[in-house]
Amino acid sequence: MDPITNPATPSAVFGKEAVTEALADHAAVIGLKDLITDAKWDRKELTLTVAPETIVAAMQAAKAAGYNFFEDATAVDWYPSDSPSAPRFQISYSILSHSLKQRIRIVARVSGDDPRIDSITSVWPSANFYEREIFDLFGVHFPGHPRLTRIMMPDNWEGHPLRKDYPVEGYR
Amino acid sequence: MAFVEELEQPGVAKKVDTTGATLAGFRSAESLIPTAEDLLIPGVEDVVEESTSHHHPHGSDPVTDQTMVLNMGPQHPSTHGVLRLVLEVDGETVVSLAPDIGYLHTGIEKTCEAKFYAQVTPLTDRIDYLCPMTNNLAYALAVEKLLDLEIPERAQYLRVLFSELTRIQSHLVWLGTHAMDIGALTVFLYCFREREEILRIFEAVSGQRMMTSYIRVGGLSLEPPLDIYKRIRAFLKTFPSKIDEYEGLLNANPIWMGRLKGVGYLSPENAIALGVTGPPMRASGVDFDVRRDMPYSGYEKFKFNVPVSTDGDVWARYIVRMQEFRESVSICLQALDGLPEGRIVADAPKIILPDREQMKTQMESLIHHFKIVTEGFQVPAGEVTSSVEAPHGMMNYYVVSDGTAKPYRVHMRNPGFATLQSLEVMCKGQLLADVVAVIGSIDIVLGEIDR
Repeated sequence: MDPITNPATPSAVFGKEAVTEALADHAAVIGLKDLITDAKWDRKELTLTVAPETIVAAMQAAKAAGYNFFEDATAVDWYPSDSPSAPRFQISYSILSHSLKQRIRIVARVSGDDPRIDSITSVWPSANFYEREIFDLFGVHFPGHPRLTRIMMPDNWEGHPLRKDYPVEGYR
Repeated sequence: MAFVEELEQPGVAKKVDTTGATLAGFRSAESLIPTAEDLLIPGVEDVVEESTSHHHPHGSDPVTDQTMVLNMGPQHPSTHGVLRLVLEVDGETVVSLAPDIGYLHTGIEKTCEAKFYAQVTPLTDRIDYLCPMTNNLAYALAVEKLLDLEIPERAQYLRVLFSELTRIQSHLVWLGTHAMDIGALTVFLYCFREREEILRIFEAVSGQRMMTSYIRVGGLSLEPPLDIYKRIRAFLKTFPSKIDEYEGLLNANPIWMGRLKGVGYLSPENAIALGVTGPPMRASGVDFDVRRDMPYSGYEKFKFNVPVSTDGDVWARYIVRMQEFRESVSICLQALDGLPEGRIVADAPKIILPDREQMKTQMESLIHHFKIVTEGFQVPAGEVTSSVEAPHGMMNYYVVSDGTAKPYRVHMRNPGFATLQSLEVMCKGQLLADVVAVIGSIDIVLGEIDR
């Protein structure tokens, strides 16, 4: 049964063990159980955190679990936090299943110095523009991307505008 | 993956080698399931680099056997804004193509981070400027999910009503400009005649024709004027006959049929692999509509069909959108018939501005008003995604809150951005003039792509 409509589902659960217990029959929780490092069921949305090294494997597992449509990828800059336990950049991937009618969010945190995470264009070609956008606006590199160039800003632009240490207005 | 394929051209059999990392090559016909290599979307540099490999040594071949790199846009009227395409053409046949975007990038996502939650609403109008109400709704749904607000049923019905009117309005711009690109100028004037009435309705309810900011966090900005329902009903009564009028101009038109049928084919597998949503996806045979399958704002109470076609060409996209006109009219009528009485904003005095009379007479309301305007309202920490079916496809808003009065991160997943990735697959091997037809059929708005 869909956890969103199931009245037995708790409203919010945090942590890997608690989520795998509360949503034991969720397709994504079953499919990605070996890869999850942290999980969150909050406001009827499932967020699964995976290690950045395993992102391609996680996407393949999600695809195998029936999540057939890649919707969106973006980043969140948690500046100035940049510790090993809470790295600076959060890359959020939003994945949808047309048949299950469910959306999951797969999240990976990467460090602020030399941020990089493997490209998932081999699993979902539609991630191409989204990875270019994250590279352009956040400066996160995607090894394996066919051609990682700026997409919004001019090619000679300095800096990455959506980083939190980049000012909203005025001259730099 | 290296393969050599014949480029079909009368008289000239040309070998094209697509070995190498750049993938502007041709998709092999036998592999129907797209592999990731087939669908790597080339960039501008890829097209230019690839074209040099098609050049013959100087003097060894006649000039007619060479390909040419052509720049189209950004100031080209048929690209609907500031889309720049770099095409490699062999005679009139498109060999490969790459979109170059960013000319309209205004940094809306960055600006959102410096505004209070309520101040973001007017920015959302300007993203996809053809469907302001849908943008407002997607943003409002995301913030309401963070705040855990209960929206009154009347506000939900009005949201559905105006979302559907916005869909009609946006599709009218699509039909008019699409037909104008193909050469049918009359349709444009007819479409804008009907669009004008919808814009006047929008002006009557929100005070603005295009940048409405009508759907706010927690409900709606104003109670619609009393005579508006009569006006909307009058519009909806005559509009189906106007759709017949457009179809009378186009459906049996031999030029229209010749330019649309069999052009720009997109298979369902490719549509999913390239992130295509909305009418182009449904025209390729993928039966998914957010309104029906993951209902929001009370869409589960409405009865409507989701038009689907399996042809996957420009004609199918035209047919699907024309049927969507009729479904939207039906949803609008259901919303008007079932419109319940009640409030139009949620019961949350610390988030929603009090009405003027209360503010002038009650001390508590005055304090709330002052606090909301000067400090905004605090939103509990968390991250949410809202998803709506915009006229152009699936529109998602990803809002991250850190517990303060300003959003920590707002990201929009706009349909046009992903749909643009499929342009190359649809145009490859077609004529240059077909590129214009395909751009018209995916109905791009550069404001939403560049943000």
